[in-house]
Amino acid sequence: MKRSLILLIIALLLLAIANVLWGSLSIPVGDVWQILCGSEVEGHPAWSVIVRQGRVPQMLTALLTGSALGTCGLLLQTAFRNPLAGPSILGIDSGANLGVAIVLLMLGGTVSIGSMTLGGHLLVVVAAMAGALGIMALLMVLSRLLRSQVMLLITGVIISYVTGSIIQLLNYSATEQGVHNFVIWGMGNFASVGIERLPVFCSLSVAGLLLALLLVKPLDALLLGDRYAENLGIRIGYVRQMLLLVTGLLTATTTAFCGPISFIGLAVPHLARLALGTSSHRTLMPATMLIGANLALMCNLLSALPRDGSLIPISVITPLIGAPVVLHVILKQRTS
Amino acid sequence: MKSEEFAAARGQSPFPFEGGREEAGSVELRHLTVGYSQRAVLSDINQTLRPGRMVSLLGSNGVGKSTILRTLSGFQPPLSGKVMLDGRDLSALSLSERSKTVSVVLTERVEVPYMRVADLVGMGRSPYTGFFGTLTEADREIVREAIDMVGISSLAERTVDTLSDGERQKALLAKALAQQTPVILLDEPTAFLDFHAKLSTMRLMQKLAHETCKAILLSTHDVGMALRLSDELWVVQDGVIHAGTADSLRADGTLDAFLKGEDKYV
Repeated sequence: MKRSLILLIIALLLLAIANVLWGSLSIPVGDVWQILCGSEVEGHPAWSVIVRQGRVPQMLTALLTGSALGTCGLLLQTAFRNPLAGPSILGIDSGANLGVAIVLLMLGGTVSIGSMTLGGHLLVVVAAMAGALGIMALLMVLSRLLRSQVMLLITGVIISYVTGSIIQLLNYSATEQGVHNFVIWGMGNFASVGIERLPVFCSLSVAGLLLALLLVKPLDALLLGDRYAENLGIRIGYVRQMLLLVTGLLTATTTAFCGPISFIGLAVPHLARLALGTSSHRTLMPATMLIGANLALMCNLLSALPRDGSLIPISVITPLIGAPVVLHVILKQRTS
Repeated sequence: MKSEEFAAARGQSPFPFEGGREEAGSVELRHLTVGYSQRAVLSDINQTLRPGRMVSLLGSNGVGKSTILRTLSGFQPPLSGKVMLDGRDLSALSLSERSKTVSVVLTERVEVPYMRVADLVGMGRSPYTGFFGTLTEADREIVREAIDMVGISSLAERTVDTLSDGERQKALLAKALAQQTPVILLDEPTAFLDFHAKLSTMRLMQKLAHETCKAILLSTHDVGMALRLSDELWVVQDGVIHAGTADSLRADGTLDAFLKGEDKYV
């Protein structure tokens, strides 16, 4: 088990380095190294900007986003005791979407995300957070009433439809620029954080990840169900509130900064279980964070494949990787 | 082997605390009324659950067997009256104290992928472990003993979702043992089991009650087996609990009345 974690850390380091060396524009490895060490490459002043303000923040953003989404998925799957739970299926990121849509389409249609001031961007985060927490709270209430796992998933899908149509309605009344911004944001992009907003993004997501790590013991007990957990001395009400807060924070932060990124949250915890063969959150949680980070870094590399300065949207890549994992889970469920 | 023989083999009386005085670890139900939001299901229960005894709770569906168990587990507050354990009011215990006093085996299925039997039983140590729930060597030893006691040592490394229903019940019983509580409550632990699994589970619980001197209360619909293997029966009928041994309940006609009552639904 320890060996798997060490392997994951090595993979993470390699992928992180690859993410800095490889981008949509080709820069020689030696020059990248020179730039990272602090000097300029003669004749190519733009390269320094690309590496320092583009690739490095983008690498860190992908790493943290992957960890955050994977962790969210793990928390949700345990909290709802549902292997198919995840921020996107349950409609939590659609709640964040709605929050962002209200800000971008109704309030700030002329402010472009790429150049948005910190204040404006914080507004997006707060709106996403409010949306995500609202949906989480709704799901928590409904999960008490809905006994069946499938019903909860269907509820999530319905929530996504409803928020989707509200967003469509907002689109009608929004300015062209607002709609454009929202569409670009919706494609998912690890580059939209940038060097200026990196500190805010990092502190929010690291805070969420650390809070999640504090929940490993109650999460283990929750695997047996609320009643068993309570009998084992776990304060269910408090733990549920913490779960609400942490998943809300992580989903909202990643969604607000990078756009909706589907399937990572759902698929990564399953990859972690497959790789480590355990149900214990003490090992599963760090493994999920590492695998999530690795997967997101891989997606980020793939998005730079065209090599002509353009990027494939992240939201195009993640379903291609995530869907097979999810299918595997469904098929395994059917046979057991 | 009969329970008395089990105990005799260990050189102990099956009821080591039997005598006039109040034994340590006995649960007293004093004027207890259980139910939901002012709707009483069973009123004014006065019974004592003694250590070293396996008590079966019998009654038709809906008479309040589960409600009693839920109230004793602390999942819902009593409407009135008290549950006293060693002179302490159960509802005054903190969550942590309660988790070291009463352990439960519930009807809901436990099927967690990748969770090994040893992990499941290890969960029973949660009330004693630290912030991250890491088991110490002493905890692991207790887990091994608990698994050994229910006779599934060979299954310790298997995952829970590969067990048969009977094996899973034993694993859950081992979890309750690892929790080291003086009281164990089980809600229909033999439902869904085949005949042999029912019998071996009942025998196991009786053996554990006698050997570890725990107070075990279980609800069941297997009247025949409960009559043969329980030290005491609580028969719930028409809102009253009739307690006694199989013989005494047979003698005073409670059992006949109960079986007739069951009959009218058949």
